[in-house]
Amino acid sequence: MFKATVIIKRRPKILDPQGKAVEQGAKLLGFNNVKQTRIGKYIEFFVDTTDKKIAENEVREYSEKLLSNPIMEDFVYTLEEVK
Amino acid sequence: MKPKFGVVVFPGSNCDHDAYYSLKKVLGYQAEFIWHKDKDLKGSDVIILPGGFSYGDYLRTGAIARFSPIMDSVYKFAENGGVVIGICNGFQILLEIGLLPGVMIKNESLKFVCKDVYLNIENRENIFTKSIKQNILKIPIAHGDGNYFTDEITLKELEQNNQILFRYVSSDGKVNSESNPNGSFMNIAGIMNKKKNVMGLMPHPERCCNPLLGNIDGSLIFRSVAKHFLN
Repeated sequence: MFKATVIIKRRPKILDPQGKAVEQGAKLLGFNNVKQTRIGKYIEFFVDTTDKKIAENEVREYSEKLLSNPIMEDFVYTLEEVK
Repeated sequence: MKPKFGVVVFPGSNCDHDAYYSLKKVLGYQAEFIWHKDKDLKGSDVIILPGGFSYGDYLRTGAIARFSPIMDSVYKFAENGGVVIGICNGFQILLEIGLLPGVMIKNESLKFVCKDVYLNIENRENIFTKSIKQNILKIPIAHGDGNYFTDEITLKELEQNNQILFRYVSSDGKVNSESNPNGSFMNIAGIMNKKKNVMGLMPHPERCCNPLLGNIDGSLIFRSVAKHFLN
């Protein structure tokens, strides 16, 4: 069994209205050094196989086809074997 | 022959009944609901993907609905030239499945916007607007994620192929930022595919078909499509 974590990030060029709004909050709190807040997604799940290659393919395809939209997002993942 | 409209029902659709009612009871066409788990389009001439919040809009708007069993059939239908109209959430589903280019992101204001907007008809060489006489339509919007985005190359293609169908304008037809309710690229409110048989728009034409409601601009789009099948 493998534990996967996927982080989905909006491409730098794509507007992130949520990040912008949150950063306004940062300014209100006095965090004046905070710049370029961007909001992404963190997703974790298990892949029930003993074969790392299968697990990796599945994580990648799942991320490409459903978890992210390749037009506006990039993703990175980690995979860790668990008992 | 009166055209038959198939209205797809996803879990979380909430404009399916409005569409059905407007098409069947107000405009007098044939209409039938199609369940998202089915595969049969029931002989529909036109498929409507209605507005709402399919699958709670989790992950991204329309991202999960596009994998519904019915969407395989809708995809093939569209590829073979079948007429498909995606309204609001339906438009978002068409973007996610790739029948139309681009993506929808959150409104620039971060607010859910619900109001009448004015749309300029940018193109008439298509069945959706061919028989509409007026240039500007008043149709309501109701969305939180209607901020259309695409890259420069795709935008150029959209322009070159005359795929931009509706743009948000002021009541006298000016394209400006004041008339843009959500921050959409180029004030885009509705687009078509290259073959011009698939159309997506954020505004809700099904909400302004009944004269009792004081506005029938939405019906003009459905009438234009129906005319294509009547001829």
